[in-house]
Amino acid sequence: MLRRAVTFLAFITLAMLAALATPAAFAESGRVPKPVIDIANPGQCIASPEVMRRTHMDLLKHQRDKTLREGERHAKISLNGCIDCHASKNNGSVLGTKENFCQSCHTYAAVKLDCFECHQPKAAKIAGVKP
Amino acid sequence: MSTDTSRRAFIAASAGAAGFVALAPGVKLMDLAQANADPDVASGKVRWGMLIDTTKCATGCSDCVTACAKENAIEPGSGRPSQSSQWIRKIELKEKTGGHRELSLPMLCQHCANPPCVDVCPTGASFKRADGIVLVDRHICIGCRYCMMACPYQARSFVHEPLHNQNPEVPRGQGCVESCTLCVHRVDKGQTPACVESCTHQAMLFGDLNNPDGEIARRINTVTSSQVRADLRLDPGVRYQGI
Repeated sequence: MLRRAVTFLAFITLAMLAALATPAAFAESGRVPKPVIDIANPGQCIASPEVMRRTHMDLLKHQRDKTLREGERHAKISLNGCIDCHASKNNGSVLGTKENFCQSCHTYAAVKLDCFECHQPKAAKIAGVKP
Repeated sequence: MSTDTSRRAFIAASAGAAGFVALAPGVKLMDLAQANADPDVASGKVRWGMLIDTTKCATGCSDCVTACAKENAIEPGSGRPSQSSQWIRKIELKEKTGGHRELSLPMLCQHCANPPCVDVCPTGASFKRADGIVLVDRHICIGCRYCMMACPYQARSFVHEPLHNQNPEVPRGQGCVESCTLCVHRVDKGQTPACVESCTHQAMLFGDLNNPDGEIARRINTVTSSQVRADLRLDPGVRYQGI
């Protein structure tokens, strides 16, 4: 009787340990890989990360019309401005590998990234074209 | 019932507010539209244009074409020269009679005041800026090429192949129509277009056609200049001297 109780307790303990350990292991190793971000010039962005994460596409879409159609070129919001800070140290671009700023998050969120069909993903200095 | 009351109150308040939105005496809506408080924005008071002196333009010289390609990162396509983008090209003309006078001139987007490319664009991608520069908004261009057919100067090109080495200030991409931007990214910084800057024969003059004290307006007033296909009454911003 006693032996049966001990076995039962041991079994319960093991099950509880397993239950505790499993989520922790998932969070650490990451069943879904989190974006790894490498930024050449880290510093103060134009807004908080929470705001930028949610609204950068709207900010850029609004500004692109102001810049192209009205010639407003010194706006705070600028795709080239994004690239100048957020380009990677390795290849000077926001694209290329999973560590590059734009690509890493867009891959993580599975959102197609169209900007660079036309725009240069490298920072002006690195692209080798005079600014 | 209460909803109805609040709705009436809202309408009354709106009507009252609308009553206050009146213009001060002597202020026209047009003035408000043209008042450009922000110098960073293209002004409707300016009309950018170019005067090309064909008597100075040298036969065989293509410095302007080279400078344009360098500035805007235009590279020849892979093995299909007829499909390469061409924002500016040199044209050699020869008079058939008399002493066979030869002429050379650069042909580029004429930045018309009444641009047919803008008229035919089904999406509004082809547009004219307030300062007269005619551009393609690649964000909404669907690549239908109507504008290429409408342009009497054959100034536009279609990008057939993916591009990679763009100038960060000159986005270009596959599937869109493009043409001379009058180096709008340089003009907005107060510089002149790359072709004008590169011309060693001083055959190209860039400036504001609306500024009567400017060099270009002064020259247009004093020398005989002509518009290519003036019969179409498109009022091009690029004028030629000596043709």
